[in-house]
Amino acid sequence: MSNEMNSDLSHQKDGVIFEKSHSGRTNECQSPRETSTSSVIPTSLLRKSPPLLPEVSEMQAVRHFTRLSQKNFSIDTHFYPLGSCTMKYNPRACNTLAMLPGFLNYHPLAPVEMGQGFISCMYELQEILKEVTGMKEVSLTPMAGAQGEFAGMAMVRAYHDARGDTARCEVICPDAAHGTNPATAVMCGYKVKEIPTKADGDIDIDALKEAIGPQTAGIMLTNPSTVGVFERRITEIAQIVHDAGGLLYYDGANLNAILGKVRPGDMGFDVIHMNLHKTFSTPHGGGGPGAGPVGVSDRLIPFLPVPMVGYDGEQYRWLTKKDRPQSIGQLSAFAGNAGVLMRAYIYARLLGREGMPRIAEYSTLNANYMMAELQKKGFDLAFPSRRATHEFIVTLKRQAKTLDVSAMDFAKRLLDYGYHAPTTYFPLLVPECFLIEPTETEDKDTLDGFIDAMAKIQQEAETQADMVKGAPYTLPSRRLDDVRAARELDIVWQPMSKDE
Amino acid sequence: MPFIPHTENDVQQMLASIGASDIEALFDEIPAELRIGALEKVPAGLNEMEMSRLMHERASGPQPLCFIGAGAYEHHIPAAIWEITTRGEFYSAYTPYQAEASQGTLQLIYEYQTMMAHLTGMEASNASLYDGASGLAEAVLMAVRANRKSKSKRILMPATVNPAYRSVAQTIVENQGITLELVDYQLDAGCIDVASLPAEPGDVAALVIPQPNFFGVLEDVNALTDWAHAHGMLVIAVVNPTSLALLTPPGEWGEQGADVVCGEGQPLGVPLAGGGPYFGFMCCNLKHVRQMPGRIVGRTVDADGKPGFVLTLQAREQHIRRSKATSNICTNQGLVVTAATIYMTLLGADGLKKVANSSHQNTQNLSEQLSAIDGVVTAFASPTFHEFVIKLDGVPAADVLDELMADGVLGGFNLGEHYPELGEAVLVCATETKTEGDIAIYRNALSRVMSKLKGGAA
Repeated sequence: MSNEMNSDLSHQKDGVIFEKSHSGRTNECQSPRETSTSSVIPTSLLRKSPPLLPEVSEMQAVRHFTRLSQKNFSIDTHFYPLGSCTMKYNPRACNTLAMLPGFLNYHPLAPVEMGQGFISCMYELQEILKEVTGMKEVSLTPMAGAQGEFAGMAMVRAYHDARGDTARCEVICPDAAHGTNPATAVMCGYKVKEIPTKADGDIDIDALKEAIGPQTAGIMLTNPSTVGVFERRITEIAQIVHDAGGLLYYDGANLNAILGKVRPGDMGFDVIHMNLHKTFSTPHGGGGPGAGPVGVSDRLIPFLPVPMVGYDGEQYRWLTKKDRPQSIGQLSAFAGNAGVLMRAYIYARLLGREGMPRIAEYSTLNANYMMAELQKKGFDLAFPSRRATHEFIVTLKRQAKTLDVSAMDFAKRLLDYGYHAPTTYFPLLVPECFLIEPTETEDKDTLDGFIDAMAKIQQEAETQADMVKGAPYTLPSRRLDDVRAARELDIVWQPMSKDE
Repeated sequence: MPFIPHTENDVQQMLASIGASDIEALFDEIPAELRIGALEKVPAGLNEMEMSRLMHERASGPQPLCFIGAGAYEHHIPAAIWEITTRGEFYSAYTPYQAEASQGTLQLIYEYQTMMAHLTGMEASNASLYDGASGLAEAVLMAVRANRKSKSKRILMPATVNPAYRSVAQTIVENQGITLELVDYQLDAGCIDVASLPAEPGDVAALVIPQPNFFGVLEDVNALTDWAHAHGMLVIAVVNPTSLALLTPPGEWGEQGADVVCGEGQPLGVPLAGGGPYFGFMCCNLKHVRQMPGRIVGRTVDADGKPGFVLTLQAREQHIRRSKATSNICTNQGLVVTAATIYMTLLGADGLKKVANSSHQNTQNLSEQLSAIDGVVTAFASPTFHEFVIKLDGVPAADVLDELMADGVLGGFNLGEHYPELGEAVLVCATETKTEGDIAIYRNALSRVMSKLKGGAA
């Protein structure tokens, strides 16, 4: 299918939109009628020359962007087993129903009487997320996982500050943590202390005991962890952290694995963020918009970010800092990525209480099946003694050493076979790794196809390593030069570069 | 009703391969005491037909004429935009980690960066941030990092910046010891008086300049920029992208231009949708590009020497730098940026200028008509872009807005909470979507409401 895609493009002029532009070409139908241009604006504040924007017809624009879309792998076109990203099917109904005109035309500052239908969905989503996470209250407003993390750690800080416990200056992160965790801790004014992961994938509890103390504000954990296993001693970890006066932060990246099976609130976490673009199947959109609601235990309730949604039995309304004076405050101009939340709400209602545990079950089944089959084909598992959760890690360290074919080479060759590569080189502690997450929406035939492709690439690596190292061959681009991109920075098109 | 394709036969074959008796066995590493029963408080699942009916009910209701702006603006959105944006290849792709399989998204972001840079008159743009308000917070953090002449963590923040933006910036920057110091405005002009700014402001990292400001009023951006630069500050411009088709781009403000430009991208083809998802844009010059947060796409070549696109300057970012990253931001607002890029392409400079002009004209027209009503005056004498403030004599703004709503008109944003010094004041917006007829409906409704309420009070 990639071959088709490529040959389809080969006889077309294929430049950036500005190269298709011709001075004086306009789209009258898309523009308002010309009215008077008389203006009270002083000349000193007026633009002297028009900005360089494309001048193309509507059809040229439609064709250009449609053809661009065809150069993407996506869930709708390809298996996309990107570990830690939960690339599951995005049901079309969620998009269609979230884009009903009554929702799209609702101004965020319109009186709540005008938006009762809209806000009621937000309220019900809040309640659903409380139940599935076991947290006491939820605020929907963070606009992405990283902003949810920020909100979470800002609440941790607000909690300690409110108690006058201001000597806590450190946050503990496992070495396997997602990079956003330490970056977030720093944004909240904390220093980061890393602790190691043991060979079986669990956290080194002795190292935790050594690292923790009166300077510890909290710990940031993901469970199932970023290495694709369930942290078995989580209750003990929670005890240790709480005994030291710290709080537990839960990174919800891997909630898909445990939906309806076990809840972060019951594991002892004080604050969590969820990635609705993962577990609740809102679109990834080429990198956003996401949504990262936060949930908290009792002691952090006063600090939740606003707005939240309140309901007094008659009317739904936004709760602001006036209602919640200890809140860490607002994180967006309005109420976060409301349209994303709407898609998550629709998805949650389609699933229902009986559907949620099945997500954990079938995503886990798919991951364990792939893990077993890849092991049978001779691939090395990073944690062979463990169950996979919804994802697992293969390490290609042996291939890199003996055949000089790296995880990146395998990844690029997979693209030729029509599969998006798994997450590569994350988590950092496993060398030459593939973090593979199939999700529950993939059927067995697709998984088998991927496993066969991996086995074929292994054979290719043994017999024609250079060919594998040169992949991909069938995509719109061959392997791209990252080093040149950073060294000879070209991030804005200029007319003089038109001859390229 | 989850989206699971497995047949019973599939499940049995897969379990046999794993060597597990049943699916439940796959969860045997989770301590039994942590396991839960049914999620009682989650409603039972619905099928698509049932869900569709429910959502149509919730989306129904009155569709009033909307004259509220205050940071989110109703513009015409050409049909082609969301038709293409919601194509599965854009909608269901992820951050372009595998560049060769993501050339569509990457090229689109490169084109977006180009459009934003040219629109703002700057040399560089990132791939977007979450929204305008959080974008300003990131701009503040960036300015503190980027201002090499200053060791200060003080930022001058005019009261004419959107109050919600100021509030968000406060939430995000306060844990890093940064202080936002309020700069007052002139009560009669609705903008900052450059002459009143201190001759010796001390060490300050940056001045924020909104254009147009929250009242819709145009600030004297050239003088403000020069004042800030003369005192060693960087200039952070917060701008409306539609207005830039008409107004001086921040890159040309004063002698040297602004240093960091940010703002809300929603006016570029993004529906109001209850407040999001929108996107924040951020631009700067190349000398500061390594301090910019967020994704950046660069053009390079592939193994055959053919042009292609990749994420670049990733050494700034959290997945490489971890605790030393410029920000914890991990994604952008990709899909919304897709819509905005198509919007700017369809309109071009000419179309965008018509949108800006038409909005400006309608606003002037509305302002003249409303201020002719007894008891209604415009608050400020200064020129505005597509919003203005009216003051209501002797009647509470909240009551007036309630009465207007009953007439099917959303009359504007009540400024009482954030600007009590203005008295009973309302921020009103008219974009190109408003016709002569719409404006007459508002005028007649306000006229009726004012005489009713003033009569009642007398």
